[in-house]
Amino acid sequence: MNNFPGAPQASAQPLLQLTAVNKQFGDFTALHAVDFSVEKGDVVAIIGPSGSGKSTLLRCINMLELIDAGAIHFKGEELGSETRGGRRIRAANKTLDRQRRYFGMVFQGFHLFPHYSVLDNVLAGPLIVGRAARKDVIERGIYLLNRVGLADKINHYPSQLSGGQKQRVAIARALAMEPEIMLFDEPTSALDPELVNEVLEVMRELATAGTTMIVVTHEMEFARKVSNRVVLMDGGRIVDQGSPSELFEGSGSARCKRFIDSASRP
Amino acid sequence: MPNGAQYSQTRGANTEKKTGPGINPMHIHPRPKRSDWAWYVLLLVIFVLFYEWVIDNPRWKWDIVAHYFFAPRVLAGLKSTLILTVLASALGLCIGVVIAACRMASNPVLRGLAYVYIWIIRAIPTLAMLLFLFFLSALIPRIYLPLPFGDANVFDIDTNQIISRFSAAVVGLALYVGGHSAEIFRSGLASVEKGQREACKAMGMSDLRMMWHVIVPQAIRIIIPPLANELITMFKNTSLVSVIGYVELLTTVQLIYSNNFETIPLLTVACLWYLILTSVAMCGQSLLERRFRRGV
Repeated sequence: MNNFPGAPQASAQPLLQLTAVNKQFGDFTALHAVDFSVEKGDVVAIIGPSGSGKSTLLRCINMLELIDAGAIHFKGEELGSETRGGRRIRAANKTLDRQRRYFGMVFQGFHLFPHYSVLDNVLAGPLIVGRAARKDVIERGIYLLNRVGLADKINHYPSQLSGGQKQRVAIARALAMEPEIMLFDEPTSALDPELVNEVLEVMRELATAGTTMIVVTHEMEFARKVSNRVVLMDGGRIVDQGSPSELFEGSGSARCKRFIDSASRP
Repeated sequence: MPNGAQYSQTRGANTEKKTGPGINPMHIHPRPKRSDWAWYVLLLVIFVLFYEWVIDNPRWKWDIVAHYFFAPRVLAGLKSTLILTVLASALGLCIGVVIAACRMASNPVLRGLAYVYIWIIRAIPTLAMLLFLFFLSALIPRIYLPLPFGDANVFDIDTNQIISRFSAAVVGLALYVGGHSAEIFRSGLASVEKGQREACKAMGMSDLRMMWHVIVPQAIRIIIPPLANELITMFKNTSLVSVIGYVELLTTVQLIYSNNFETIPLLTVACLWYLILTSVAMCGQSLLERRFRRGV
């Protein structure tokens, strides 16, 4: 509605906004009324101890988990729910599938399609979801594989790749859908130590190119050097957030310092 | 996985010429097992006994077997068996897909109905099922679906018009295949790692396309062996339809030997045909398995 340039609401409206988001797993509350927003071009690092709700937050954003209360807005559009007769109900599956395309996701466990070659993995989104003709998207697929440094592996199958290579293919696969926000769920946690850097390097390049990214990570160096905002979660709440320099060097809360100290220790 | 790649590299290196046995004196050979020769002796004993007891045994009357092997009556019975197998498999697999889909539906009514169907099919012997179907007209003379108001029916058919020996046989066997294959489909689909679904969902794929392009191609590998087993079992179960008087391969040879009392040679004829057709099915199975092994 108020999306034309110059409208006060438009400039005030963030790209992605979470308002009082609640997520329950049975009796366990994974997210307690989380408020969170992301601007275009942001690189947000979400850190925190395991079980603090980092991954849940990420998975709620692209609706792999459906929230129980609160709201998520992308460019002002309500995600995953709608209001009918004064009652809020879940959006139709078709709507969810369409809205998920705003996001690209990279998983800790890669989840490449084992029966597809590397190129077909990257093209899976455009071909299956986008119904594009192969000849129209094949160049873009090769371009993306080039971008993650795997142009020579086009015809390999995922089982023939190392973990770092798999994760870079997964990044290319997510980028192929031209998402507006890239979500990374602990992308380096399943990798052997010597393979972590090749993935972080690709992510650093994406950040430099202006990609909006939300990264759940245990890599404090990445959070410190690449992100422009760090969010610390604990017990299903955001307990601190700010620029990396605020959290890592200066005025962060005592709890934040404790976590960063313990996580940065080799 | 990096370890897997390294392993296959070293495995590849082993087959290179320079490390082959006879060329490299440092090559490590498999450890000889002292028990090996005993199994070869056993194999020899089996061959000899098989020859003496079966091949070179006049009581098997191989000349009569040969005489009836391509007899027109036997071939006609074989044709009935094949038609029954193909139709019952096709119909049964369709039922299985629908039941498996219902079993995994989010709606509790569909889940419950599918569960009851599988429960009944598992419990009732195929023989009894065939008899129930064949005598259905005695139990339910007319099959109809009334409209919710008024006297009219959506359809109303005389049961005797649709139940024949042939249709009862096809439907009875198909119901059986449907119940059993539904469970095979369900377990096969469930065996595909959860992350595959999440990866599809995260890129906005609809459920139908996710199933068709990602889940089913991976599940098929798991499904093929038990499904082939089920269909081969059904192929032999076609002989059960003799209880409702449908004449297929086994019934044909039974009719012949009840006249000429050459029981064993005629049963041998039927079994040889079952062996041949099962071999064909097993070849088909291994071809399918090879086809769906890509990338794994």
